[in-house]
Amino acid sequence: MVGLVIVSHSENLAKSVIELTSMMAKDARIAPAGGLEDGSFGTSFERIQEAIEQVYSDEGVIVLMDLGSAVMTTEMVLEMMGDKKIAMADCPLVEGAVVATVNAAGGMKFEEILASLETVRDMRKLS
Amino acid sequence: MADSKMVISVLQKIGEKIGEQKDYLTELDQPIGDSDHGINLARGFQEVDKKLPALTDQDMGAILKTVGMTLVSTVGGASGPLYGSAFMKMGMALAGKNQLNTEDFLKGMDAAVEAVKQRGKSAVEEATMLDAMVPALAAMEKAAAEGMDPKGILEAGCQAAWAGAEHTKDLVATKGRASYVGERGIGHQDPGATSFSFMLDAVKECL
Repeated sequence: MVGLVIVSHSENLAKSVIELTSMMAKDARIAPAGGLEDGSFGTSFERIQEAIEQVYSDEGVIVLMDLGSAVMTTEMVLEMMGDKKIAMADCPLVEGAVVATVNAAGGMKFEEILASLETVRDMRKLS
Repeated sequence: MADSKMVISVLQKIGEKIGEQKDYLTELDQPIGDSDHGINLARGFQEVDKKLPALTDQDMGAILKTVGMTLVSTVGGASGPLYGSAFMKMGMALAGKNQLNTEDFLKGMDAAVEAVKQRGKSAVEEATMLDAMVPALAAMEKAAAEGMDPKGILEAGCQAAWAGAEHTKDLVATKGRASYVGERGIGHQDPGATSFSFMLDAVKECL
């Protein structure tokens, strides 16, 4: 199963996003990487790397980020980890996490999930 | 010419300066950002400071890459990947060197500026650290071409950096947290442009 990682400035937000996705996809392989080691807000290179390793397999890992340094720090982790099968999704965090976990738990492949996350960007809530 | 020992003392001075200006940098970040620039950078340079003494027998590449890596893994905000990439790329440009002359320094600065542009997908006039970095580098290159000594070159660089930081007050940020504040950010000086100017001040003070 494709692994998923939630990167947020907030430890609570990363964990809560996962809690929320478990409502629909409790079997998803997903790990949080939120906040800094001392519990303060920020994005931790190490936490992101550890979370990716935790859910990594040949099927690959897709990372979803909140904003700003979450994106840049993840980018750097991916560069350091070399040619492993890891990608960042360019979509809203909560909606993307729900779509990604449901699809991953449903057996969708890495590229298919990434393509499904591309459409999340245009998802409308009203009308 | 600067040897590894000199470069390490410059890096220590930069850390000291950031530590002194921690509260001011965080204060600048409050109205337009997430109020963490000073705290984050000071934390990063504190960790850098712990590693520097062991690097005296290393070349410029190894020293600067260690600084960059440490910032990336300890800063925790956008300035981590940005300054981290800047120092790492500067290190790559100066790999293998045990002595640094003016030309090397400018080559390293050029690599640092490119690294920040690339990492932040940003350019000048977007109210970021680049608005201090780019004019500072241009001023230093000009001063070097005119045959000024290192002190004169750094003085020209610092002057241009602070003018650039001041100029961010007139700009609407389109990158980073300040972009969420939009036009309400006008009148506020960018914390990243300010921290870079302090860093360059620290280099100048070591000459």
